[in-house]
Amino acid sequence: MAETTAPYGRKTQKEPAVKEVHVLWSPDGLGCDGDTIAVTAATQPSIEDIIMGAIPGLPKVHLHNRVLDYSQGGDEYMKVWHAAAEGRLDAPFVLVIEGSIPNEDIKAEGYWAAMGNDPRTGEPITLNTWIDRLAPKAFAVVAAGTCAAYGGIHAMAGNPTGCMGLADYLGWDFRTQTGLPIVNVPGCPVQPDNMTETLLYLLYEAAGLAPMIPLDEQLRPTWLFGKTVHEGCDRAGYYEQADFAREYGSPKCLVKVGCWGPVVNCNVTKRGWMGGIGGCPNVGGICIACTMPGFPDKFMPFMDEPPGASISSLAIGAYGRVIRGLRAMTNDTVNKEPKWRHRGRDLTTGYHPSTYGNGSAATPARR
Amino acid sequence: MATVTQPRTGTGTDNRQLVEMSWDPITRIVGSLGIYTKIDFANKQVAECHSTSSIFRGYSVFMKGKDPRDAHFITSRICGICGDNHATCAVYAQNMAFGIKTPPMGEWIVNLGEAAEYMFDHNIFQDNLVGVDYCERMVKETNPKVWDKAQKTAAPNANIHKYRTIADIMTALNPFTGEFYREALVMSRLTREMFCLMEGRHVHPSTLYPGGVGTVPTQQLFTDYLVRLMKYIEFMKKVVPLHDDLFDFFYEALPGYEEVGRRRVLLGCWGAFNDPDVVDYQYRHMNEWGKAMYVTPGVIVDGKVVTHDLVDINLNIRILLGSSYYEDWEDKGKFVKVDPLGNPVDIRHPWNQTTTPKPQKRDFNGNYTWVMSPRWYDKRTGDYLALDTGGGPIARFWSTALAGLVDIGYIKATGTSVKIYLPKTASLPDVEFEWKIPKWSNAIERNRARTYFQAYAAAAALYFVERAMKEVHAGNTRTWADFKVPDDTYGCGFHEAVRGVLSHHVVIRDGKIANYHPYPPTPWNANPRDVYGTPGPYEDAVQNTPIFEENGPDDFKGVDIMRTVRSFDPCLPCGVHMYTGNGKLVEVRHTPMFGAHK
Ligand code: SF4
Ligand code: SF4
Repeated sequence: MAETTAPYGRKTQKEPAVKEVHVLWSPDGLGCDGDTIAVTAATQPSIEDIIMGAIPGLPKVHLHNRVLDYSQGGDEYMKVWHAAAEGRLDAPFVLVIEGSIPNEDIKAEGYWAAMGNDPRTGEPITLNTWIDRLAPKAFAVVAAGTCAAYGGIHAMAGNPTGCMGLADYLGWDFRTQTGLPIVNVPGCPVQPDNMTETLLYLLYEAAGLAPMIPLDEQLRPTWLFGKTVHEGCDRAGYYEQADFAREYGSPKCLVKVGCWGPVVNCNVTKRGWMGGIGGCPNVGGICIACTMPGFPDKFMPFMDEPPGASISSLAIGAYGRVIRGLRAMTNDTVNKEPKWRHRGRDLTTGYHPSTYGNGSAATPARR
Repeated sequence: MATVTQPRTGTGTDNRQLVEMSWDPITRIVGSLGIYTKIDFANKQVAECHSTSSIFRGYSVFMKGKDPRDAHFITSRICGICGDNHATCAVYAQNMAFGIKTPPMGEWIVNLGEAAEYMFDHNIFQDNLVGVDYCERMVKETNPKVWDKAQKTAAPNANIHKYRTIADIMTALNPFTGEFYREALVMSRLTREMFCLMEGRHVHPSTLYPGGVGTVPTQQLFTDYLVRLMKYIEFMKKVVPLHDDLFDFFYEALPGYEEVGRRRVLLGCWGAFNDPDVVDYQYRHMNEWGKAMYVTPGVIVDGKVVTHDLVDINLNIRILLGSSYYEDWEDKGKFVKVDPLGNPVDIRHPWNQTTTPKPQKRDFNGNYTWVMSPRWYDKRTGDYLALDTGGGPIARFWSTALAGLVDIGYIKATGTSVKIYLPKTASLPDVEFEWKIPKWSNAIERNRARTYFQAYAAAAALYFVERAMKEVHAGNTRTWADFKVPDDTYGCGFHEAVRGVLSHHVVIRDGKIANYHPYPPTPWNANPRDVYGTPGPYEDAVQNTPIFEENGPDDFKGVDIMRTVRSFDPCLPCGVHMYTGNGKLVEVRHTPMFGAHK
């Protein structure tokens, strides 16, 4: 808008700094492929918008994802992964990991998660090996969904695989060659447009058309996760009047029947699930905090009233400021993962294996 | 494939030129699946096949000790494309365990959500994942002669779907550039919006609870659903004839194609869509409310019904080991000795199963997979049947057709077929489709049933919307019933996940989950050889599948094998491995890319 003198018919589309980018998307962690499926629901932008170049300024995008690939799989599919690992890829790549990262060190042999085979030995290659090989070479590393970001459901207390989030695995201070931290897009599954929008941002960044992606302490894009569920909820009017649902199916505020909205960072109440439709508290579903580092353990049992909810509701209005303080405190706690999601040879989830063949003594779970 | 070990079962000692080929992981399915084949190129046939999985997550392990009310939230995360089927099935099991009867409006909303899931999932899988195996690019690369013929073959239903030749249909299926591929993708969003209206979000619902749903039922809610449904119905009026044209063409262009993926008719269906007038979730009445479902449960062997009784179905489920990475539990105690009707419950039944993972090296002579081998015990013969789901629809139709029970205005089961009536839509008149029991349980018929079932789900949804609207008009808007969790109890849920049978078995002790075992369709389909040596359904269906692909070993794509595997709609981390028979391994190749690795 500053260039008032721009002539009619000028070229508005700058050539991107890079012509092509590969997106290597592995849904092979301990997950459910739900984030891959979710992106097929996105419309802002849609997956075809990105792949077919419907958005100005984008480099040509080559998506490599097991679920959506044209090939029949096997070597034809894996060749690009091997090429990237060996530094032979012809263009920069974004690595997307979906599913939580198992701890392969807690047992003597076998694998928890694998993708393809080693051409020399015929043994399965673990996802962890792929991450070790690819992350240092990637332009950007993205954790798609809560499992990959923080561990999620598969990392709950008592789990037998010792799994964790990508940042727990690579280190929270991990930086790519280009100086980018891991980018977490949590959600179980990820809200479709949140995922494609983040990818779009990174592609713009790769193309030299956007500055460093703004991330918060939990490595989430700030413009998507800066507000709470409660701040976007259309039931907040009931909350303000302390008018609470006592049963499911009521249009009132759900905090007494389990909603965690006040302390959860997520934009789904504002954005809806897809095309503005659906969501959680706004359509009658309690917020179970599926985007949070503390998910699921710190929020279970989900159907109970969250601790502090009644204090909050009594205090509504008059003590607004105090409540905001309390909220920040709770929000801090739930923005931290449970202690058992870590690397190393010890399994501390509370599961006691006698069959892992390494004689490792597991220590009890702490919350 | 240097690690391939000696085969443990052989197909003979002949000196056939067997070439081993692998695809690991397989693309265009949900979950990590690998295929290892041994192909006899001279005789154009697959020689042998084994099946294995590549991840373990441990739901049955980490659910122990958790609050049983959380089960549906947790188990939804088992699957990223049909998680809501798990959530629903878990709720059914919770309802039984907690002694709940859901208000009718709650049931209609669940039925509408699940119908939208079938409409969405079959659509995206069929037209964006399976369809690629039948698209122009793939057919040109694998069967140029078939492509030539397709260009000369007029599509019989061209007046309805507007694609003049079969080749035009194939071109429309090309990924991303194909017109129909993109139309299907857009439709898959419309149906997911319908899903979100009912269950909040896709794929892990936010509004499902034991006792009903949190969705607020209003005139607006059902209207928003209905207008989208009618668009989908219009779409189906073109899609069914389009797929009929495409699939019929394959039989015509490649005589003998009925043998691809063919297997003995051994089908299981656990029933879908409860009738709120009948279901009370009491085990004692399970036979009655099971038969009232709008998709009839049943076990079909060699085209004949063995049972439609859910109690019978339940009691004869057996979980076998044989090739899986787990400890056995025969010596552990039983959680449930007899069912509420006094029938004994076997130690190998999911209620009594104990899951103890034992990670180990993949050994094709021993254990090679994370999948166990579910079987159905046929007490008439003493066989442990390796039932398959055929990817869901074929088994649902077969069971529903033979039972002849469903009759709801838009759908009628006749005893030999299922009739589906779709009313007038914006630009197309009303139509009747009829799914008839096919001659074979094979790749093409599994796929065809998938298309017809999309129409079935839409027709059922029309009926459910009408019933739900009636409740709104009558002021019956309660969607949820309160309950208490008993300290010691157990329950089971039966449902159809999109790709086939789904059961959840829960045992509760001291108010906490003591045992939880979900059995989704893929373990039924993708399992390995069991302790009796019976191969799982993929292994069985791929073995002896004839090869029609024109490419030789150097540029072989394996499209006939892939069409077989994808016809089952695989959806879990699992894999298929194939071995040589006793014949000497001649050559080992991965999928041919730039020639072959040796
Ligand atoms: S339902 Fe949840 S997010 Fe909405 S107002 Fe109530 S507490 Fe806040
Ligand atoms: S509102 Fe809560 S439950 Fe819903 S997506 Fe956001 S964090 Fe997850």
